[in-house]
Amino acid sequence: MDYQFQFGDVFASSEELLAGAWLTIQLSGSAMLIGLAVAVACALVKTSGPKPARWLVNGYVEVIRNTPFLVQIFLIFFGLPSLGLRLSPYEAALVAMVVNVGAYATEIIRAGIESIQKGQVEAGMALGLSKLQVFRHVVLIPALRAVYPALTSQFILLMLTSSVVSAISAEELTSVANDIQSQTFRSFEIYIVVTVMYLVMSLMFSALFAGIYRAVFSYADRR
Amino acid sequence: MIRPFEFNEFLFLLTAVQWTLALSALAFLGGSIAGLCIALARTSTVKPLRYAAGGYIQVFQGTPLLMQLFLVFFGANVLGFDINPWIAAALGLTLNAGAFLGEIWRGCIEAVPKGQWEAATALGLRYAGRMRYVVLPQALKIAIPPTVGFLVQLIKSTSLTAIIGFTELTRAGQIINNATFKPFLVFGIVAALYFVMCWPLSLLSGHLERRFAAPAR
Repeated sequence: MDYQFQFGDVFASSEELLAGAWLTIQLSGSAMLIGLAVAVACALVKTSGPKPARWLVNGYVEVIRNTPFLVQIFLIFFGLPSLGLRLSPYEAALVAMVVNVGAYATEIIRAGIESIQKGQVEAGMALGLSKLQVFRHVVLIPALRAVYPALTSQFILLMLTSSVVSAISAEELTSVANDIQSQTFRSFEIYIVVTVMYLVMSLMFSALFAGIYRAVFSYADRR
Repeated sequence: MIRPFEFNEFLFLLTAVQWTLALSALAFLGGSIAGLCIALARTSTVKPLRYAAGGYIQVFQGTPLLMQLFLVFFGANVLGFDINPWIAAALGLTLNAGAFLGEIWRGCIEAVPKGQWEAATALGLRYAGRMRYVVLPQALKIAIPPTVGFLVQLIKSTSLTAIIGFTELTRAGQIINNATFKPFLVFGIVAALYFVMCWPLSLLSGHLERRFAAPAR
C-alpha cells in the first residue's frame, strides 16, 4: 500500500468539526425532548384514548417504524415545499428527527405505562387524586423510570441516525465532514476522524446517562 | 426538462425494489455469518476473543452506519481496490449487520439455561458438539422473532447506500424526482414500497414473539 495518510487538512478544520459535533448534539437533544413530549401524548392516546385516535397513533407509529429515515427526510424537505411549507435544512432535519424518534419513543413509553400495575392507579384514585394527577405521579414518572435505559439508548441511536440529515446539508457533523472532504479530497482521513468523534460522543453519553441513572433512579433498585 | 410522472416512472421505482431486496438478502447472508462468529466469540471462554468481539460490537453500534459505508467506500479506494458500489454497499451492511446480529444472538445463546451446558459437558461433548447439538438449536428458537425484527431494520438501512451511489429504491426515487419534480408523490410512493416490504415482517416478528413467549408463562 503506497497511500500516504495526511491528517493535516483534517486537523486544520478541527474548529468546524467541533462546531458540527456541537450542532449534532444540539439537534439530537432538542429532537429527543420534543419527541418525548410527542411520545407521551401518543402513548397516553394509545393506552386510554378513543378508538379512532388510537388507530391514528397506531398508523403514525407503524408508518414511521417501517420506512427508512432517509425517505422521511426527503418527504419532509422536498415534499413539504410543494404543499407550500418551506423549511430550512436545519428545521427540516429537526422536524424529521422529532417525527422519527416520537414513533419509537411512543412504543417504549407505552410499554412502560403498561408495566404499571392497576392497583397503583386504583390506590391513587382512592387517595382522591384527579385523573391527570394519577397519570402524572403514579403512572408517567414510574413508567419513565422503568424505560429510562431504553430511552437513553434511543437517544444515542438518534444521534447516530442524525448523520443521515447530511443528505440535505443540515450543517451537523457529517455535513461538515462532507464539505471538508469536497475541499481537500482527504476523504478517508476525514471519515476516520469523524467516525471516532461519533464513537466518543456515544460513549460519553452512555456514561453520562448511566451516571444520571445511578444518581437519580437507583433507589428503585435498592428495595 | 420536466417529465410527467407516468406509469413508466412507477415501473422504474418498482424494478428498483428488486435491488433493495437483493442487497438486503446479501447483507443478511453476510451479516448472519459475521454475526454467528461474533456471537460465538462473545460467549466463548477465551478472554481476548470476548474482548475483540465486544470491541467490534461497540465500534459498529456506536458509530453511524453512514460513516461505516463511507469508510468502506473510500477506504477500499485508498487500499487500491477499484470498488464498485455493489461491493461497497454489501460489505458495509454486512459488517454493520454482523455487529447487531452478533449482539442479538449472544443474548439468545446466553438465554439457554446453564444446566443445558453442564449436562452437555457431563455427557462428554466437546465445545463444537455442545454448541451444535445442545445450545444452538435451542438458541435458534429464541432468536427467530428478534432476527425477523432486525430484517426490517436491515431493509431500511439499505436506503443509505443511495448516498454512496448504489441505485436501489431510494436512489431511484431521487432520480425520478429530479426528472419529474413531484417530490411528494415520488417519495410517498417510495415510502409506501418500503412499508409494503417491512410491515409484514414487523407483524410476523410480533406474532412470533407472542407465540414463543406463550408457553413460558
